[in-house]
Amino acid sequence: MPLLRIDAVVKKFGQFRAVDALSLDIHAGEFFALLGPSGCGKTTLLRMLAGFETPDEGRILLDGKDIAQIPPHQRPVNMMFQSYALFPHLSVKDNIAFGLKRARLSPSDLDARVTEMVALVRLEGMETRKPDQLSGGQRQRVALARSLARRPQLLLLDEPLAALDKKLRESTQLELMELQRRLGLTFIIVTHDQAEAMTVAGRIGVMDAGRLEQVATPRELYEAPRSRWIAEFVGDINLIEGKLDADGDTHLTMARRIAIATTQAGTIYVAEPRQPPTRDNLCVAIRPEKVKLSRRAPASDDARAINRLDGVVTDVSYLGGITSYKIRLDTGLVLRSSMANTARIDIDAYSPSQRVVAWFSPEDCVVLEQ
Amino acid sequence: MSPRSIFTRPARLAAIAPYLWMALFFLVPFLFVLKISLSQTAIAQPPYTPVFDVAEGWDAIKAAFAALSLDNFKLLISDDLYVLSYVRSLMVAAISTAILLVVGYPIAYGMARLPPRWQSVAMMLVIVPFWTSFLIRIYAWINILQHDGLLNQVLLALHVVSSPLVWLSTDSAMYLGIVYSYLPFMILPLYATLSKLDPALLEAASDLGASPLQAFWRVTFPLSLPGVGAGALLCFIPIVGEFVIPDLLAGSDALMIGQTLWLEFFTNKDWPVASATAVVLLFLLLAPLLLYDRLQRRQLEEGR
Repeated sequence: MPLLRIDAVVKKFGQFRAVDALSLDIHAGEFFALLGPSGCGKTTLLRMLAGFETPDEGRILLDGKDIAQIPPHQRPVNMMFQSYALFPHLSVKDNIAFGLKRARLSPSDLDARVTEMVALVRLEGMETRKPDQLSGGQRQRVALARSLARRPQLLLLDEPLAALDKKLRESTQLELMELQRRLGLTFIIVTHDQAEAMTVAGRIGVMDAGRLEQVATPRELYEAPRSRWIAEFVGDINLIEGKLDADGDTHLTMARRIAIATTQAGTIYVAEPRQPPTRDNLCVAIRPEKVKLSRRAPASDDARAINRLDGVVTDVSYLGGITSYKIRLDTGLVLRSSMANTARIDIDAYSPSQRVVAWFSPEDCVVLEQ
Repeated sequence: MSPRSIFTRPARLAAIAPYLWMALFFLVPFLFVLKISLSQTAIAQPPYTPVFDVAEGWDAIKAAFAALSLDNFKLLISDDLYVLSYVRSLMVAAISTAILLVVGYPIAYGMARLPPRWQSVAMMLVIVPFWTSFLIRIYAWINILQHDGLLNQVLLALHVVSSPLVWLSTDSAMYLGIVYSYLPFMILPLYATLSKLDPALLEAASDLGASPLQAFWRVTFPLSLPGVGAGALLCFIPIVGEFVIPDLLAGSDALMIGQTLWLEFFTNKDWPVASATAVVLLFLLLAPLLLYDRLQRRQLEEGR
């Protein structure tokens, strides 16, 4: 039995279906991320879990109990707001204690819990400060402590790190993960930042137009996107359109290779997909870091290099950890390739207008229906 | 860098302008009134002595100064009429302000919760009475409240009462008039603070287990206190000195200080006592004014 079951939930604003018959199970102790472009309905979904919006249809079961119609102040769920929503007239201590006072804790328990929360987010010595006397990072931690103080069964985080700068955001992501593991709580985070979702979450639900496009681990999402939309939304990808070439299948080193006839890059061999494509309009997707470059063509019996395409380097972007290349193939298609800079000095780096062979393994290709 | 140097010369001049304004239109007239309050009444033109006349030379001016006295202020303390007027004024202002707060707060709260489109309409409705002359509006109330006025006619027609009630020339009529006239001054500052309130704060309160009523008392109300203070002072201070409404709507058995002052000036023609009354009133009102100033400064500091 999952901790949270979202069952065919619909939320309409006028004619617009912000959340469209969405179902999702989340288990106790999970760190789940809702990822999607702005306006995809992820925040509306989160607000329905908190109780700020009421679903028009469907059920929200928390621990087996339908909470869809229960007002927010009676739910064992807490939320950390994007704007933090700290009470400006209350000190750090009173902000954290706000929810505990409503829960009618005894004064000694309350003090102990506040002290524990202050220590948890490392704000010792700041207890008497007002929110406007804190830095952005400190405010973020007060908001986190306040939302955790009631020990909610489910903690909702609405873009909790969006207001922090990059360095602070990255270190806070690690702290959030550590905190979630240590407290054993269930976290649902809403974010539009895929690196953030992939860093913190065990599973990611990608939303578009009020529906879940795919729910998967970060690795699955990246390496086995379910649709062309997901493939393009998550990370960088090369997409080559084509259709099945029924007569072109071949066997290489004992494995069956499917031939896809593309208009822009000739025949591309791909590994057999888990589910055979049902449509003819296909699309071969390959991540840039899986496209290798070399000056000369790899050995013709190299099974990993069966897909080889000639072209010219048009763009080189040095990004520190990796270098990203754009290659215009002789067929006109532009491919992206990226390579890790594993050595300080790279005498083999490619430069613009250099002729190269781009090659990739059939195993690294994903076939998607268009 | 000294803080002074961040201001350019025109900026410094602009900073002085309000002080010049205050000196010219408040301090100088106040000094005139203060001087008259220290003079004695006389049947003359002007109706008090001494009169400073620069043309009569230095000794005459020194003699005039010597003739000034605090007699009028002593009179104010010794005569019940004045003390009772002051007490009544402060009482009426305090009670009216309390009623205004109770009536105005829900209206301002409701306005702040309207969709933005309707907020400006509501604002118009609050301000629209100002387009009619204040005196005409008070006379309209006389019309409504008099013996055969609209209110009694309606009550009789509905069989709520069997014979007309006395409304006019009572304290109730005066409070009605005051609350009616000053309501916008209470609503507007309250609305200004309430409409700035971040709705996420109320969601956060609710998320943390506060019922709607608790969220109001723990979050909305404390955060609206600057507006409550501003509204209360904007009403309290002018109501203390109110003359027209008590004169037209209240009975004549107890006077507010504004009425006493008017009587001294125009009926008794005792300018010095009237001026002394005004000076004392000013100092009485200075206390809430200073309080208001402190409140505003605190609000500014918190807004940083």
